[in-house]
Amino acid sequence: MANFYTDNTDMRFHLEHPQMKKIIDLKENNYEDKETFDYAPRDFEDALDSYHQVLEIVGEICGNIIAPNAESVDHEGPKIVDNRVIYARGTQENHEALTKAGLIGLSLPRKYGGLNFSMVPYVMAAELVSRADGGFANIWGLQDCAETIHEFASDELKNEFLPRFNQGATAAMDLTEPDAGSDLQAVQLKATWDEEKQVWLLNGVKRFITNGDADISLVLARSEHGTQDGRGLSLFVYDRKDDGLIIRRIENKLGIKGSPTCELVFNNAPAQLVGDRKLGLIKYVMSLMNSARLGVGAQSVGIAEAAYQEAVKYAKERIQFGKPIHKFPAIYEILTNMNADVKAIRSLLYETTRFVDVYKIYAHHSEHRKLTSDERAEMKENQRWADMYTPLLKLISSEYCNRIAYDSLQIHGGAGFMKDFPIERIYRDARITTIYEGTSQLQVVAAIRGVTTGVYLNKMRDYEAIELKKELIYLRRILIIMTDDYEKAVDTVLAVNDSEYIDFQARRLVEMAGNIIMGYLMVLDAKRDESFAKPAEVFIRKAFAQNKERFTYITHFDLKDLSDYQLE
Amino acid sequence: MNGFKIIVLAKQVPDTRNVGKDAMKADGTVNRGALPAIFNPEDLNALEIALRIKDRYPGTTVTVLSMGPGRAAEIIREALYRGADHGVLLTDRKFAGSDTLATSYALSMAIRKMSPYHLIVAGRQAIDGDTAQVGPQVAEKLGLPQVTYAEEVLSVDEQSITIKRRLERGVEVVKAPLPTVITVHSSAPDCRPRNAKYLMKFKHARTITELQDSSEDYIELYKDRPYLDIKEWSVADVEADSDWLGLSGSPTKVKKIENVVFTAKESKILNDSNDDISGLMKELINNHTLG
Repeated sequence: MANFYTDNTDMRFHLEHPQMKKIIDLKENNYEDKETFDYAPRDFEDALDSYHQVLEIVGEICGNIIAPNAESVDHEGPKIVDNRVIYARGTQENHEALTKAGLIGLSLPRKYGGLNFSMVPYVMAAELVSRADGGFANIWGLQDCAETIHEFASDELKNEFLPRFNQGATAAMDLTEPDAGSDLQAVQLKATWDEEKQVWLLNGVKRFITNGDADISLVLARSEHGTQDGRGLSLFVYDRKDDGLIIRRIENKLGIKGSPTCELVFNNAPAQLVGDRKLGLIKYVMSLMNSARLGVGAQSVGIAEAAYQEAVKYAKERIQFGKPIHKFPAIYEILTNMNADVKAIRSLLYETTRFVDVYKIYAHHSEHRKLTSDERAEMKENQRWADMYTPLLKLISSEYCNRIAYDSLQIHGGAGFMKDFPIERIYRDARITTIYEGTSQLQVVAAIRGVTTGVYLNKMRDYEAIELKKELIYLRRILIIMTDDYEKAVDTVLAVNDSEYIDFQARRLVEMAGNIIMGYLMVLDAKRDESFAKPAEVFIRKAFAQNKERFTYITHFDLKDLSDYQLE
Repeated sequence: MNGFKIIVLAKQVPDTRNVGKDAMKADGTVNRGALPAIFNPEDLNALEIALRIKDRYPGTTVTVLSMGPGRAAEIIREALYRGADHGVLLTDRKFAGSDTLATSYALSMAIRKMSPYHLIVAGRQAIDGDTAQVGPQVAEKLGLPQVTYAEEVLSVDEQSITIKRRLERGVEVVKAPLPTVITVHSSAPDCRPRNAKYLMKFKHARTITELQDSSEDYIELYKDRPYLDIKEWSVADVEADSDWLGLSGSPTKVKKIENVVFTAKESKILNDSNDDISGLMKELINNHTLG
């Protein structure tokens, strides 16, 4: 009778962030749905209470159904029968339980059968599901596609597809091709308008498609024949009820084995255009990728939490030299740092989510009414922050998730290397998070703009200006020193004025920024709840030392040293 | 099949599956304060059986009936969150101390008031008393057939129901005329999770007593939304005879409660000599533990 929501009070803590009042008030737009829908909230308290209670349902399903199924799902995996992907039995059970509980389409408007939840509880649900089973989290998380349809498709398409999500429809986003991975501009799958049938026809191959046999698929395809770059690509929605899709194979993967990764062949598959032609990659997929990256952030935090829980459990049970191993400094240091790190990436996750929430809600409102200039400014500001925090989050949370899984397995010793404990699965599941939806290296390419444009620095200075209790002021002092070092490091790198050199140092700079931002977020958490003070202190102590190392590396590095690293 | 009516009997019980050291008082009675109150597990199986019929025949209504103190309204809300349509709480000080006979009398009187109905579904037994008597006694008092140990409803129409029963050495399929009472075994499917929309719809559902006690400013809401009313019935409401209720209506008397402490069975010490080991092997072979 485990409940992953109630057994981790951090979730509730983040759900009760002061900014939630603004977010929920905005999202519910004067609580206008309350007369039309019997499940719509009447006021802020009612809405927040519903968030808690619904997350309790998610936590219960995660603890009682999804987590217990994770091992058999990992062993059994999906298979192809008659050109259909058949999920492992446990995956089917998980999906059925979530559907019956009405949890698919959490963030969709009520008129499409959704719950109209803001992003914060939606991302929390993703964290919970990921903690229960990192692989299943993909099948759950692909309901992001509904958000893309909602945001960009015509009313006709919205009415056709969106109500199906709450009924349990699954989704996929079909982007990658054999020769178009990180470089999506190279997508070749062809979309041709058939004048006679009045429909687009898709032809070509997609590879590494998560949940490729979904009921509803968003497909990136070249609609402008003869073009070679991203401007010739459009986004289409394909309904699996129609013919024309062959599931060629399911990949055999290291981890997230329950999540079917498919190779697909489209053969005159009928599809409908989402939004406008030529905006497929440059607008819609960029937006979809941002939600997916936020999703991987949630997945990383969830898997990290699971790894941490397993480590603590094992370290307290395992007796060596006459005492449980968590009593040894070498082990308790790891555990305490893990705990602080999980809290740090969780704080970054929900800070990012709040920015996404505010700008997306304003963006939806702007379709129905003119925003005031203040609202417009607020939307732009939050969007800028969201755009810069999302790659930072994806980078840091996924890298942390891997290190935490590594450390957890290490604490298990030889037992962790065997298949007898969940950690070996968690360790394998964690591995993909730094790779898909843009590798860590690509996240740095996006996040370095937050460094060079000063967005991160401005946020640090904003956080610095927030009033604190006096017990927390010494932590801020350390963060100010770190910020000064960061500024110097950035200036040093920019002064060289060489783009390859900036790229070379980029990761160090981005990680320095991440450490400071997470440090501030934890101090602000500690301001609201003093139980966060200790983890904040632990985190900042480590972050301070790490940033000093990066600072030293950067300030002792010369442009000419770059040639030592360049390869032919 | 339209307008099929099902009544589910449910009980709020102390969670005896998670017994801590404070579970019993010094006098040997259950310390209810130390145990969380939960939906009796087999009553959840019963609810699932009812909800599956409703899934198949959407015009079906499922009403949950529970007898207990005011806070038992919690499990009625739990049932509403899972798909039940209405709830009735049978509550009155005069019910206090009722044994299975008095309880089944009270429930049967409430059920008479809810007539007409097609099916009554209850859990086989509650985890606090473990008597498995209430369901069958309700059937007797209403003069209805009963099917116990139900695991699955194979088919149902307006006149009859076909049920798979889980018995000790196998299964049995029986057909009963309607209305009938079935009691459900834990081998039946687990109850579905709470549904987010139902939860948000029914989370303000209250009995009249709860409404008076709560400071919530939702009076208008209850006027507009009659489904938020969990009916609360007293002895008078169900026209029951007080003499047949509570302690006076309960012939069951607890004679003695004993604490049973499990002790280890007799053990035998073997040395690592060949004689001892071959002796043990012979013994195990002779009593068919091995071979």
